[in-house]
Amino acid sequence: MKFAVVVFPGSNCDVDMYHAIADELGEEVEYVWHDEDNLDRFDAVLLPGGFSYGDYLRSGAIARFSKVMAAVKQAADAGKPVLGVCNGFQILLEAGLLPGAMRRNQGLKFICRPVQLVVENNGTMFTSAYEKGEVITIPIAHGEGNYYCDEQTLERLVENKQIVFRYHGENPNGSLMDIAGIVNERGNVLGMMPHPERAVDALLGSADGLKLFRSIVNYWRETHVVTA
Amino acid sequence: MSLLLEPSAAMIKEQQLYREMGLTDDEFARIEAILGRLPNYTETGIFSVMWSEHCSYKNSKPVLKKFPTDGPHVLQGPGEGAGIVDIGDGLAVAFKIESHNHPSAIEPYQGAATGVGGIIRDVFSMGARPIALLNSLRFGELTSPRVKYLFEQVVAGIAGYGNCVGIPTVGGEVQFDPSYEGNPLVNAMCVGIIRHEDIQRGIATGVGNTVMYVGAKTGRDGIHGATFASEELSEQSEAKRPAVQVGDPFMEKLLLEACLEAVKSDALVGIQDMGAAGLTSSSAEMASKGGFGIEMNLDLVPQRETGMTPYEMMLSESQERMLLVVQQGREDEIAAIFAKYGLEAKAIGKVTDDKMLRLWFRGEVAAEIPVDALAKDAPVYHKPSKEPVYYREFQAMPPYIPHIEDYNQTLLGLLAQPTIASKEWVYDQYDYMVRTNTVVAPGSDAAVVRIRGTNKALALTTDCNSRYLYLDPEVGGKIAVAEAARNVVCSGAKPLAITDCLNFGSPEKPEIFWQLEKAVDGMSEACRALGTPVVSGNVSLYNETNGVAVYPTPVVGMVGLIEDLSHITTQLFKQVGDLIYVIGEAKPEFGGSELQKWLEGRIFGKAPEIDLEVEARRQRQLLAAIRAGVVASAHDVAEGGLAVALAECLMGALGLGAKVTVGGDLVSELFGETQSRFVVSVKKEHQEAFEQLVEAKRIGEVTGDGILTVNGEQGETVIRLSVDEMRNVWKGAIPCLLKSKD
Repeated sequence: MKFAVVVFPGSNCDVDMYHAIADELGEEVEYVWHDEDNLDRFDAVLLPGGFSYGDYLRSGAIARFSKVMAAVKQAADAGKPVLGVCNGFQILLEAGLLPGAMRRNQGLKFICRPVQLVVENNGTMFTSAYEKGEVITIPIAHGEGNYYCDEQTLERLVENKQIVFRYHGENPNGSLMDIAGIVNERGNVLGMMPHPERAVDALLGSADGLKLFRSIVNYWRETHVVTA
Repeated sequence: MSLLLEPSAAMIKEQQLYREMGLTDDEFARIEAILGRLPNYTETGIFSVMWSEHCSYKNSKPVLKKFPTDGPHVLQGPGEGAGIVDIGDGLAVAFKIESHNHPSAIEPYQGAATGVGGIIRDVFSMGARPIALLNSLRFGELTSPRVKYLFEQVVAGIAGYGNCVGIPTVGGEVQFDPSYEGNPLVNAMCVGIIRHEDIQRGIATGVGNTVMYVGAKTGRDGIHGATFASEELSEQSEAKRPAVQVGDPFMEKLLLEACLEAVKSDALVGIQDMGAAGLTSSSAEMASKGGFGIEMNLDLVPQRETGMTPYEMMLSESQERMLLVVQQGREDEIAAIFAKYGLEAKAIGKVTDDKMLRLWFRGEVAAEIPVDALAKDAPVYHKPSKEPVYYREFQAMPPYIPHIEDYNQTLLGLLAQPTIASKEWVYDQYDYMVRTNTVVAPGSDAAVVRIRGTNKALALTTDCNSRYLYLDPEVGGKIAVAEAARNVVCSGAKPLAITDCLNFGSPEKPEIFWQLEKAVDGMSEACRALGTPVVSGNVSLYNETNGVAVYPTPVVGMVGLIEDLSHITTQLFKQVGDLIYVIGEAKPEFGGSELQKWLEGRIFGKAPEIDLEVEARRQRQLLAAIRAGVVASAHDVAEGGLAVALAECLMGALGLGAKVTVGGDLVSELFGETQSRFVVSVKKEHQEAFEQLVEAKRIGEVTGDGILTVNGEQGETVIRLSVDEMRNVWKGAIPCLLKSKD
């Protein structure tokens, strides 16, 4: 299986994403610079965290116009797994690949710390290796992670089981319904504020994020068993 | 000022306008002699920044020479962007600390942010990949609204810049004392990793080679920043806000990635950050080091404002700019690398053989100065030094021993002192994990960052107890180095080398210069005793507000090498039943202690003594035990003494407690700040092995009751506090002070 790590000017968790896939998951992975327009050679697309284009206007607001985003949309339309973490999540929202918007953290400060999440839906291609209700520890590091959407959207998210991760215990940023990560209706685009790529090695405190990447590989293997 | 309004050379001399730029009458005469004519306005400005203390170290150079700077593992000592030390496997670590005190006092967010930006550029200009940031901060007491504002904004500025660039801020220290009320200290340290063969230098060589400008455009910000940094703060300083630069971390990130690609090209001859004194210092220093000259056409300098004069361009301290020297004919190769990141690498000049800095502007020569006069031949002063009266008085005082009635309340009170209290409020705002190498996060003795692709890690710390230095700069200087080494050793690392940031008052005052001399003497002795040479550093003098100096604060940034990831150790107790040991005895030493400051509202008397031989031996023994795998946790005893150290060891896993018995004079044993002491916990099965390796006293064991119990030798209970209560006080102190309205 081959992963793409999209690199925008200002991305800074690209290296972490790369090493999580290459070193811990043991799968193929390649960096893709923001001016590429074709992601056909990849089986999954990862949008890493950082401050794309400085995030000066609004997080992710400029990145959505980047050349590579058309190809990201194509990958999403083709049903390939697309994962956006932190700034990657913000970009997916700005690009309309996921519903809702991001506001500044309730405390108005950047927060970096390990937090606990509950796996709300383990029926997605990103979470099948977790138990439903499993509490996992994944770090957050963001200033704008306060997820918001209108009531109708929220109802739909709940109804369709699109809320995949919620904060367990204290909500660090004030997000609606303690939302930490959501998928699109089709279930192949996941956006989340916590950083699973930072939780793939117990030496650094937690390896709970590894199951997320394993889920993606499992899904890919299952769906490609016929063609292979 | 438009070119037409610039004073003429004659006016500068007659009206002594050079004085406003910080030049003395003698220095101006010297400039006249060097040039053989009167300098014009641009040239006067160039001399004034290059001869400022900030750029020339003219007052501190004779003192800095005393530092040991050599060692078999030192690949690059002081004088370049950063010092570099070998760590084996063909790898080396590059690091440096630098101050941004004055800008931060006036405009705390941008002052701190650009301080971070500058030190990052120093490290990547060497060709090293920055892997970690640290800082060392000093503020007044957290009771005045102004101090709260400075503290909050400085932290936000460090976070805003470092988080965006994507370099983890992994550690540091924050201390609070009235001496920093008007003049906070903001020191930033950057650590990078480099392969030996990639080491770059800021050097201009090869006649005809091209001088290229990359990064942000030049604006009118930060003009005379270096001069501003070399004078005392006063009520008029607010008017110097335009001398504070504004940072753009996104530009820095692009510049960082592009430069690290460019250094792999053999078309690159030299590279240097346009830091203090911007285009002036980078060009003059590179030419002087290379033994060549540089000629630049200022019309070609990318500018973001119209109508800029040579004076403004040469003195601007606009951020995120680098100067490169590139082989003639290969400019396009370098330009292509920068173009990938949307940056323009623009040829603005060339290397010459006449050792002159020559600037062209609108077809005319705007300045022409010998480069050596600006760099290596800048003036050096041997300032008079005088022992201050206060020092003699302090030395003559009888030992101060506080009277304690309630040990529980004393410990809780100490844990609530902002200098001791948890700094979680601070480091929660720093992305300390990005790049996923941070093994030990902020809050332990030293941060630990693994080196990917090896089984090694680095232990990083910044340290300085300036109260000891105020009482006795020589002893305090020794302690600053020794304590940094203790932190590094407790993490399982062998101390390698230090970088230092010497924050002092005005060197024009003999008593301040005496502090500087003595501190450097003490630090040098400790560096020799502990085998940690000084490989880089920075001097920040004139840290005074309305004539009152800060405490002498030579911040030590230390890097240690952990040979094997299994050696990584933290200060937290791990497991019920582990044995607790103390290394080192207590003496009635309270001069400059946290307890003295708290109870008396001031510090006085003698600083704690330190025997560097004893220090080195204890560190060697402890490191040997850690490497043998028989140490579960290790923590040095510092501010607040043994009682605070024990409490800190319990701030980890919920539910753990400790029961210990102490003898001797209980106040000294528990709250004294005698040096060279450690608290160590050891698994029972390692008791014998540990005791064979380390001279230590067993005082108790880790319990599962969530309570810290300290008994005297007769069995009487001296301290009995729940860890939860201590944790609440310790964690809540700083947020609570920031919220209070007075």
